[in-house]
Amino acid sequence: MLAAPLAPAATFAQGWAAERYQVEDRKSGYLYLGDQTQALQDDDFLNHAFFAVERGAELWSAVDGAAGVSCASCHGDAAESMRGVTARLPRYDSERDGIINLELLINRERERKLKAEPYAYESEDLLALTAFLAFQSRGIPSEVEIGGAAAPFFEKGREHYFPRRGQLDLSCTQCHDERDGMMLRGDRMSQGQTNGFPFYRLSWHSMGSTHRMFAWCNNAMRAEPYAPASEEYLNLELYVAWRGRGLPIEAPAVRR
Amino acid sequence: MADGITRVAVPETAAKGEIIEIKALASHPMDNGFMFRDNGTRIPRWIIHRFEVDYNDELIFAADWHVAISANPYISFHTIATESGTINFRWFDDNGDIYTESAKITVV
Repeated sequence: MLAAPLAPAATFAQGWAAERYQVEDRKSGYLYLGDQTQALQDDDFLNHAFFAVERGAELWSAVDGAAGVSCASCHGDAAESMRGVTARLPRYDSERDGIINLELLINRERERKLKAEPYAYESEDLLALTAFLAFQSRGIPSEVEIGGAAAPFFEKGREHYFPRRGQLDLSCTQCHDERDGMMLRGDRMSQGQTNGFPFYRLSWHSMGSTHRMFAWCNNAMRAEPYAPASEEYLNLELYVAWRGRGLPIEAPAVRR
Repeated sequence: MADGITRVAVPETAAKGEIIEIKALASHPMDNGFMFRDNGTRIPRWIIHRFEVDYNDELIFAADWHVAISANPYISFHTIATESGTINFRWFDDNGDIYTESAKITVV
């Protein structure tokens, strides 16, 4: 149905350390990039996402809201307090009785502790702050909790992943499990791992979150996308994070 | 995108006569003027059209940029470390804004 397979990913991705980008058969999107795009991600000076990381660092210590405090007032040095946090997200949250991710956690803290307006999902500031926080977990293997109270939501996420949807009648698994490494027109399909998010997408000229990417995928298969921060995408985010379990956090990654 | 944010890399120290690499990156949308918004109106051209570098107030590198330079333009070039001092970078964009950045270098 789709284009014939070309060389497997590993043969064109050069200079990669296997343990950094692959765990068992789970491969980071990094391995599906061309050399130039890999070089762009590898160099923190060149990596365009670091504009967002720098902005995020400013926001971290900027006083905002009625309470007159900043994130750093309570959490101090993010390099210490936030190390590894992103690797364990998303997770079950009893208050929501659902899945919570980094974006929603930031906004909840803003409302409660800073007494500030929550950021709009996918706004520049929220992307900057998530990029900054995810960056603090770089290199830490992703490990999300799917048992206990999270189990029913994890199941819903899994159930989202396999059915065909949209006018093209495609499911997530058809591209990302069965055909990763093949070409989809001009683009090489990856496994759709989320260890590099939020990422800088060259075709968007901007940062993007997992939910924007989910919505983009849904649009590409001509399915109606869900809203960012919808329960559907939060559950899916948990399932997809588990799919990439053990992959070190790469954020902020660069992708095509 | 945060406009007009720039970043440069210059070696802090260099031997006299050494060839050094200088890198500069600017965060800029570089709208080429050929794109349309969803509502059909044209996004006006807005690019950085000139980039200049001074080494102790002497122009050592300049480039005229046109449309088709990508967003967040990156440039690197080499020069010879002649004396200690300051390297100044300037990006000129279509709105008349000039973004500046400077870096110190010590030549031993």
